[in-house]
Amino acid sequence: MGKAIAAGGLVSLVSGVALAQDRVGMPQAKGLWLQEPANEQAQRIVDFNFDLLVLITIITIFVFVLMGYTLVRYSSKFNKTPSKVSHNTLLEFVWTVIPIFILIGIGVVSIPLMYYQETIPETEFAIRATGNQWNWTYSYPDHDEIEFTSVMVPDSAFVNASERSRYESDLASFLGRPAKLNARLLDTDNRLVVPVDTKIKLLITASDVLHSWTVPAFGVKMDAVPGRVNETWFEVSQTGTYYGQCSELCGKDHAFMPIAVEVVSKQEFARWIERAKQDYAQTPSRTALGR
Amino acid sequence: MAGATPTGWKRWVYSTNHKDIGIMYIWFAFFAGLIGFGMSGIIRMELAEPGIQFIPSVFGITEDQARHMFNVLTTGHGLIMVFFMVMPALIGGFGNYFVPLMIGAPDMAFPRMNNISFWLMPPSFILLLLSTFVEGQAGQPGFGGGWTAYAPLSTYGHTGPAMDFAIFSLHLAGASSIMGAINYITTIWNMRAPGMTLHKMPLFSWSVLITAVLLLLALPVLAGAITMLLTDRNFGTTFFDPAGGGDPILFQHLFWFFGHPEVYIMILPAFGIVSHIVSTFSKKSIFGYLGMAYAMAAIGFIGFIVWAHHMYTVGLSLNTKVYFVAATMVIAVPTGVKIFSWVATMWGGSITFKTPMLYAIAFILLFTVGGVTGVVLSNAGADVALHDTYYVVAHFHYVLSLGAVFAIFAGLYYWIGKMSGRQYPEWAGQLQFWVTFIGVNTIFFPQHFLGLQGMPRRYVDYPDAFTYWNQISSYGYLITLVGVIMFILVFAYTLFFAKKTVPDNQWGEGATTLEWTLSSPPPFHQFNELPDMSKSTGH
Repeated sequence: MGKAIAAGGLVSLVSGVALAQDRVGMPQAKGLWLQEPANEQAQRIVDFNFDLLVLITIITIFVFVLMGYTLVRYSSKFNKTPSKVSHNTLLEFVWTVIPIFILIGIGVVSIPLMYYQETIPETEFAIRATGNQWNWTYSYPDHDEIEFTSVMVPDSAFVNASERSRYESDLASFLGRPAKLNARLLDTDNRLVVPVDTKIKLLITASDVLHSWTVPAFGVKMDAVPGRVNETWFEVSQTGTYYGQCSELCGKDHAFMPIAVEVVSKQEFARWIERAKQDYAQTPSRTALGR
Repeated sequence: MAGATPTGWKRWVYSTNHKDIGIMYIWFAFFAGLIGFGMSGIIRMELAEPGIQFIPSVFGITEDQARHMFNVLTTGHGLIMVFFMVMPALIGGFGNYFVPLMIGAPDMAFPRMNNISFWLMPPSFILLLLSTFVEGQAGQPGFGGGWTAYAPLSTYGHTGPAMDFAIFSLHLAGASSIMGAINYITTIWNMRAPGMTLHKMPLFSWSVLITAVLLLLALPVLAGAITMLLTDRNFGTTFFDPAGGGDPILFQHLFWFFGHPEVYIMILPAFGIVSHIVSTFSKKSIFGYLGMAYAMAAIGFIGFIVWAHHMYTVGLSLNTKVYFVAATMVIAVPTGVKIFSWVATMWGGSITFKTPMLYAIAFILLFTVGGVTGVVLSNAGADVALHDTYYVVAHFHYVLSLGAVFAIFAGLYYWIGKMSGRQYPEWAGQLQFWVTFIGVNTIFFPQHFLGLQGMPRRYVDYPDAFTYWNQISSYGYLITLVGVIMFILVFAYTLFFAKKTVPDNQWGEGATTLEWTLSSPPPFHQFNELPDMSKSTGH
């Protein structure tokens, strides 16, 4: 009963936020909850977080109410003579064992989620993301080593209209379709381009210090570590532009190396990759490993 | 000579008296805390609105320099609050002053080592402050790599000497804490009054004993890790440099093998203080005393086997993650025992709501909030979305800033009468509590929303969508600032103007530990004849 009410309240709270959202793939003003998921990975994280939110809300309310009742009922105003009870083996047993069962319950949901996230399925191709101070280099080892770097659009482009249109037209010619800048500190000059409904392996490394590649809407966050190649995967089920921000302190411009991903239809991706091969293909001699 | 009472500067500089050293630790923590709090103010004001305005105008530097300065400030804030505010206040301050009193000992076991433990702290702090004035990242002053100092940002990411200063600062602070830990363990193990068995010992002494063991085991690992940083930086080793076969992740394992116990080092003494206050103001003995003591021991033990939950996104293997998730969640069990035992201590009591009790109640409630968000973060599956976001910042400030720091406030109000013989004005204390309570919650609760929406930590500027909750958070800081100013006024009034009228036991029948059998303030040397605790049944 209490759970139903708590859950109902949370659902209306969260759906109220969802109504206010005008676009997916980026944070929303006054947002209270996780970003709108763009794939099953993110959806599962959101669902699990919601289950946990309901659970921790119930626990917190329980402790607050119990404490509130105790403070009123046993305040010196209402209870002049304190009791001498200082042990109750059954009670101590109960409040040790019940949390254990709650935690086992969390584990039953949590551990399969980790197996799902960490088991990399058959992927169609790989992308390598290399964190640098302070931008991201993307390469497509399965597509003639296409390689380009993605740098944040400076703040001035959001003030100066001509600079903005220059960035937008450059971006449009990179993507092969009209493009708009959406948000200060999130937009980059080039975007990582991936096809929709395609399982993609992501190989993440760094050329100097630690960085972390994340797109909240994809449910992916993986550190970029020099000397290591970390592996993860994602598949996005709707086209659009999705943003993330470097999530491991990497120095002065840590806040200024965002991640922007353009998810396009498979046909459009095929057209884009052919053009990109002409412009950005490299001989695969360069390595992103090491310093 | 038992009756000797040195005076003047010699009393403090040459001090071997645990109460004097404790008081110096508290003053030290107070001044360091003001600096750390001031740094967080600059951080919050910078983040009050998007763009970079506040730091350039305050320091008269360019926007580009401000980006690095911001990182220096978050780093300094973290290091100062952990090593120079919370630890000196709880362990060095209250630990030194009250552990010997509570166990019926005349002083600490090694008074001269106690002296050097304290006197290493000011040079250590000076080194840290100096580090912000020498070159760190190429051409700019200070180390901006976070209190975690992850390699390689702390090696070839900061080529200037600022990081070396910070390393030496931590070496000194670590040596100080290790000596302090040896002192506490020896004192508590060997110098309890006749008849005071471990199972009769007050919970604050228990908490300091367990904390000291954690310090003794954890700090050498930190010392080793930062020494490896030092040699990587200066002597051509490559412990953390992949170019020479090293691994940056190794540093993270070493750091968090220290770092996770460190968070319990900061919170266990708080648990001890809160237990005494709850018991005193409920006029009841602690409910489930043995459970409370062994819950702390369990938390201390588990604290050593969960470190990699700070590293879920570094690329750990699946099975490693599953282990660390399971082990981490286990901590919720002894923590739950503590929370419920505090409520049960109040249950059936006759509760009065003096300022220390208000802080203790707030501690329990807010620690619960920080605890349950910790359960969320412990799940690697959910942590993918929250790792390195403001959700984490909100979580650890709920357990530390609203947990450990509230316990420090609680302890100060609880014991200031005992320590100084002067009593704070109750109305002022309560007003100070409510202002601070509202302020810190306004700072940190909205940060949960920012983190859920994906705002990363350690960002000097943020996309405009994050403006609203950042603004609220910064308003919260201003409220807290009022609370801190009130705190200074209340204690300045108490120490300099209030009359010395506090009786031996100001809190009445609920206050049963040995410090309340002594005068307020206690004599310079106490327990020349050890109290006989063999007939006592309480703790």
